[in-house]
Amino acid sequence: MNLNGWMLVLLQSALFVLLSPLLTGWLKWWKCHLQNRQAPPMTQPYYDLWKLFGKQALLSKNTSFIFRVTPYMISGVTLLAASIIPLILVRVPSAASADVIVLVGFFALARFFQALAGMDTGTAFGGMGASREMTVSALAEPAMLMAVFTLSMVAHSTNLSSVIESILSQGLVLRPSLLFTFFGLLLVALAETGRIPVDNPSTHLELTMIHEAMILEYSGRMLALIEWTSMTKLMIYAVLIVNIFFPWGISQRLDFANILFAFMAVCGKLMVLTLVLAISETVLAKMRFFRIPVFLSLAFTLSLLGLLSHIILEI
Amino acid sequence: MHQIVLVAVLVLLASALIALVDSQSPRFFRPLHFITMGLAGILLSVGGAYGLIQSQDHHWQLALGLPWLHWHQHLDTLSSFFTLIVGLATVAVAFYAPAYAKEYDKTPQPFAALGFPTAIFIAAMELVLLADDALTFMIAWELMSLSSYFLVTFQHQNSANRRAGFLYLLMAHVGGLFILLSFGIMAGFAQDFTFSSMMASHLSPVWMTLTFVFALIGFGMKAGLVPIHIWLPEAHPVAPSHISALMSGVMLKIAVYGFIRVVFHLIGDIFWEWGAALLIVAAITALYGVLSAMIQEDIKKLLAYSSIENIGIIFIGLALSLIFFGNNLPKLGGLALVAALLHALNHAMFKSLLFLGAGAVIQSSHEHDMDRMGGILKKMPWTGALFLLGCISISGLPPSNGFVSEWLIFQTSLQAEALSSGVLRAMIPLSAAVLALTGALAATCFVKLYGIAFLGKARVRSVKHIKEVDRGMIVAQAILGLICLLIGFFPTFVIEAINHISLQIMHVGLSQATSHGWMWLTPISAKTAQYNAPQVWLGLLLAFSGWAFVYFLVRLKHKHRRAKVSPWSCGFGPLNSRMQYTGASFTMPVKQIFGGLWQHNEDKSLVARNGLTEHAHTLRYKESNKDSFWILFYLPIVNLLNQATRRIGIIQTGHLRHYLGYSFFTLLFLLWLIS
Repeated sequence: MNLNGWMLVLLQSALFVLLSPLLTGWLKWWKCHLQNRQAPPMTQPYYDLWKLFGKQALLSKNTSFIFRVTPYMISGVTLLAASIIPLILVRVPSAASADVIVLVGFFALARFFQALAGMDTGTAFGGMGASREMTVSALAEPAMLMAVFTLSMVAHSTNLSSVIESILSQGLVLRPSLLFTFFGLLLVALAETGRIPVDNPSTHLELTMIHEAMILEYSGRMLALIEWTSMTKLMIYAVLIVNIFFPWGISQRLDFANILFAFMAVCGKLMVLTLVLAISETVLAKMRFFRIPVFLSLAFTLSLLGLLSHIILEI
Repeated sequence: MHQIVLVAVLVLLASALIALVDSQSPRFFRPLHFITMGLAGILLSVGGAYGLIQSQDHHWQLALGLPWLHWHQHLDTLSSFFTLIVGLATVAVAFYAPAYAKEYDKTPQPFAALGFPTAIFIAAMELVLLADDALTFMIAWELMSLSSYFLVTFQHQNSANRRAGFLYLLMAHVGGLFILLSFGIMAGFAQDFTFSSMMASHLSPVWMTLTFVFALIGFGMKAGLVPIHIWLPEAHPVAPSHISALMSGVMLKIAVYGFIRVVFHLIGDIFWEWGAALLIVAAITALYGVLSAMIQEDIKKLLAYSSIENIGIIFIGLALSLIFFGNNLPKLGGLALVAALLHALNHAMFKSLLFLGAGAVIQSSHEHDMDRMGGILKKMPWTGALFLLGCISISGLPPSNGFVSEWLIFQTSLQAEALSSGVLRAMIPLSAAVLALTGALAATCFVKLYGIAFLGKARVRSVKHIKEVDRGMIVAQAILGLICLLIGFFPTFVIEAINHISLQIMHVGLSQATSHGWMWLTPISAKTAQYNAPQVWLGLLLAFSGWAFVYFLVRLKHKHRRAKVSPWSCGFGPLNSRMQYTGASFTMPVKQIFGGLWQHNEDKSLVARNGLTEHAHTLRYKESNKDSFWILFYLPIVNLLNQATRRIGIIQTGHLRHYLGYSFFTLLFLLWLIS
């Protein structure tokens, strides 16, 4: 079991990395169709990455080793984060060594380096992006941890596997705490993955960009790694949401048929979530930067309501 | 083994005396001063570590002090733990100080004015830890305050230093008075000054609460709890950097020690209401500390405010511990206590590291203002890399040591369900949310510090040509950095050792925390939460090397090298270093969001050429932020005092006959009292 379990961890991490461009492609495809545009093929992100990997990497003269190390650092940390998330099997052995608070910490670590790399370029853009990203995430992190705390209190554990197991075992009941937490986490995920209405991944206008401003100086394979990492991060958040709040279909045992079924189930769930995201990105516009605190405090309030309703109604 | 610690104190006193005669032959006495100091540090570390691991509890008397009241001293696990902190920091300072003190050779102050108080200061901190009766404690405590006052005002030619020193001395004495009052209550009931009889005596709940309040104010004033923190951001930055490290890293922990000693050990009973009140104060301290840290421009002031934040985090842990102990949940109380102590150790290590790093930067660049630095990492690679380590640790990012202690506090907060009171159950997770916000803001704050000071381009010419500091200063930082890494890698060993404290003074230990082998940290049970630090480190290494492998595959296929080019300038020509983001602009969004917290003054002025406003000749932007507690809390007190003294001043007429009259009436009054 143990060796098989670790093999599955490797498989899961590989799936995260390999499938995340497809998820992004699928999202773009739907967005284009919803906005009456001609859609690129769903595999377009793969071509883009391949192209970028083949290009020469240019370095700004001002940069130090932080700038060079950061792409590997953040992609490594994100890969590690992906490896502890139950994608198709509930009891992944890696989830035992790092719980959901560590997961939030991993994202913070990646962001820390990303922001430093932005500052390392010695241009206004890098600092601007770093400042904005850190501000947004400083407000998003408490909301995320609030949501995480509610889940852990419901499950009496901060272990992701245990959280999913406990929700599975309860069956289909509507808990107000989980409902609030779901919406709270959804808003946080939008902010953390840099989607509309918080950030627009396809803009390069200096007045509006957040994430893109930080990575403006990257090129070639370094940019490829960073883009790939962003895609993986989107998939991680999507999987977190679908597998925690709608865990049905995920495999509780390690056998081939179950796992295959779980894989198809999670793909189906992700497709639905991505469609919802595409619709919301089509109907919403990007917010002004100083409106974002309002948005995030809404996320925080929702998570807090979830926690309070758990404490008051459910204990 | 307690003799080792006593010897260390004697060595420190010798070191102080050696510093006094330094001017006779600096070439001989100065190295001797630092060597003895380092030796004392090693002795303290060994004695402390041994006492902690062996969970010793020695009590002894020294034939000093009053004839009927000898000095009682002790070395139990709690004292040993803090002795270890003092020792480790002293070792680092002993490596650091020789090169750093050279800077002051050009100043009018003799070396003795720095070396003598430094050694006395360290010895006094150790004596506080060793004190086993209230009298010895107060003597050592006042010695500690006084010697550090002389260090704060070491460069007294600057008026800012004198002002900070005065504020510090004033608040240290007000704080000392409150500590004296809290000891006074306990000594009054115990009829004795020794800690053991204080522990044996029984107080009524009202007296106990009063003792707690006095101890909280007294020790909180030294530790820097909001709103009585005001001296800290003034005093810590103006002292020499290795002294700042000792004050921020170690002296604040001595205040934490005093608080734990009185509240957990001496008073006897614990009420959860204390914890609830403390939780609110501590959460405000943490949040206010980090927000104020963020808007600072002076690198050492930023670190000082960040100390306030970390003291807030430590006290959140202590408050949780009080709440759980008060609600008869000793296991969780012990867990919170251990988490707070671990954070105290962590903070001592990384804050000392950061202050030493800041000192190195200041010595090389002669700049305090971050907005005048930039690109230092390339000039000072060792200091820069070690400073980065400190920044990661203090931001509480995994897999660093700072993360482990914050994780433990989070885990404790999540056990709030076990409490019966609904208000507490809601309050504790809310405080955890404040802690989460604090952590995220701390990361922002240190991205700002590191990004502005160490990365990018040098903002002024003098910073362009700075050099890496002396080897000894790097070794000092490396020692502290290595300890941070070790705690992050092997947290279970440290927690097992700290557990002895909880076992000894609260008679409850963490039976679960380390029962699943040395890799697994399981604070409550294996089912509830686990953290495997070595595996996370290994995973990080594997993932990192995985991508490095991808990198090599790409390099095999595409042979071209990376090219160095100018950064993108939107096609407008070369960028200069003043176009970079500054610290003020970096934190502007945060200032906008949390704007009401400071007295924020902005001053923009434009000098136009030929009276044409569109042809600006010079643009000036000046901003200042004032601690709003100063305005809300302190200025009214200062005004009140001024008015009161003016009123009382009427009796000072300056005529001899009036004073004779005062004496006469006082005598009459006293005679009447006696009769």
